[in-house]
Amino acid sequence: MARIIAGVASSHVPAIGAAIDNKQTEEAYWKRVFSGFEKSKEWMAETKPDVCIVVYNDHASAFSVEIVPTFALGCAAEFPPADEGWGPRPVPVVQGHPQLASHIAQSVILDEFDITVVNKMTVDHGLTVPMNLLFGSPKEWPCPVIPLAVNVVLYPPPTGHRCFMLGRAIRKAVEAYPEDLRVVIFGTGGMSHQISGPRAGLINSKFDKAFLDNLTKDPQKLARIPHLEYMREAGAEGIEMVMWLIMRGALDDRIDEVYRFYTVPASNTAVGHIILENRAKGAKSAKAAGKRKAAPKLKRAAARAKIERVRS
Amino acid sequence: MAREQHDYDDIPGTFVFDQERSRQGYGINMFCMSLMADENRKAFKADEAEYLKKFNLTPEQTEAVLKRDYNRMLELGGNIYFTAKLGATDGHSFRHLAAEMTGSTQEDYANMMLAGGRSVEGNRSRSGRFDKPARSAAKPAGKKAGKAKAGKAKAAKPKTKKSKAKKSKAKTRAKK
Repeated sequence: MARIIAGVASSHVPAIGAAIDNKQTEEAYWKRVFSGFEKSKEWMAETKPDVCIVVYNDHASAFSVEIVPTFALGCAAEFPPADEGWGPRPVPVVQGHPQLASHIAQSVILDEFDITVVNKMTVDHGLTVPMNLLFGSPKEWPCPVIPLAVNVVLYPPPTGHRCFMLGRAIRKAVEAYPEDLRVVIFGTGGMSHQISGPRAGLINSKFDKAFLDNLTKDPQKLARIPHLEYMREAGAEGIEMVMWLIMRGALDDRIDEVYRFYTVPASNTAVGHIILENRAKGAKSAKAAGKRKAAPKLKRAAARAKIERVRS
Repeated sequence: MAREQHDYDDIPGTFVFDQERSRQGYGINMFCMSLMADENRKAFKADEAEYLKKFNLTPEQTEAVLKRDYNRMLELGGNIYFTAKLGATDGHSFRHLAAEMTGSTQEDYANMMLAGGRSVEGNRSRSGRFDKPARSAAKPAGKKAGKAKAGKAKAAKPKTKKSKAKKSKAKTRAKK
């Protein structure tokens, strides 16, 4: 049986991708951002998921205003990086997992989530930047990826509650898949930012930190935040955070926060990142059991240290 | 027909890209999308006004594009992810455009971001009725929506016409 073992949330600021592509990661401004993901890369290298589901949004790359699907699930065998106006990012082609993706599509539609199936799609920085942050810049991505593109560009995006419930439906679908796969789900975008209009540059760290806290403490509360509140409190583009709730909905009720990072700014945006693990259920995947048990405690200690540093 | 009023019109300095703007701005956004191709960028740069004729823009929209009035483009239905492609054609980043839209110099804007960004205090509501965070956000810091913080923000208060209608509607909707 396949199983979702963890959720990762991360901002997907395009300038982070540009900093990687232009080799500016050692510059002080960017180092502050990238240093927050060092532990995460270790965690990911150790966790070695078999498949990742990446919830993200397209930024007028694969979808223009001609077709605007609310939820578009990538069922193709591969997804090339999009040309966002200055040539495709120099990152590997994303390999899909068509079998699991189509299984999820079939399951969630019968669960009344009328998603759009996409068999040809490029993926932009919304997906590739979080991949870089968690996997670094390898020649090939280490595992197949199922992209789930969510419309957060044309108002209204799906509600937070709808996103949370879609996460639940995805979890059910994954758990009904017969192959023994360990799946990590990403929620991307956010945190507070506004890049449009005279109010551009808005950042609301209080809102963001409360949001991060409530991912473990009270996700149902987050699922009730209305769009107006996201836009007012976290900026017009801060509404992207509804995508994190798909990730959260796909996890169990009881989870452990193993790592968190928050910094302002990257370009126009507050960068937020969190790793949440489901509690092991009788350690189904044997190879995992022994070695992986001890590690999280160490990481949690490290995470706390990090948080304090960030907050001080 | 006048634009239908929505609760989110009460947010200052913000043009929400909603269904109505999407309909109105289809031409602007498809024009911007066309700039993804190098030959189109060249054709546009060679004769901007001529190139724009292909996209059924209104005279106001054409003027906004030619003048690179990014706020006006948003007001007339452009979306930032699309108009940013026009910015990129001119060699500008998102941050550069953001600074322009706020009426700041590049340096002031960059410094504001480094100092933690634009505060939400005083920037929540045009009507002043929503000065405090809503229930699910963090604690209120209790500053009035005075124009103090709106400093950079001649900017942050673009239009006030019809604010009465907005007020009442915003109030009832926000109770949901």
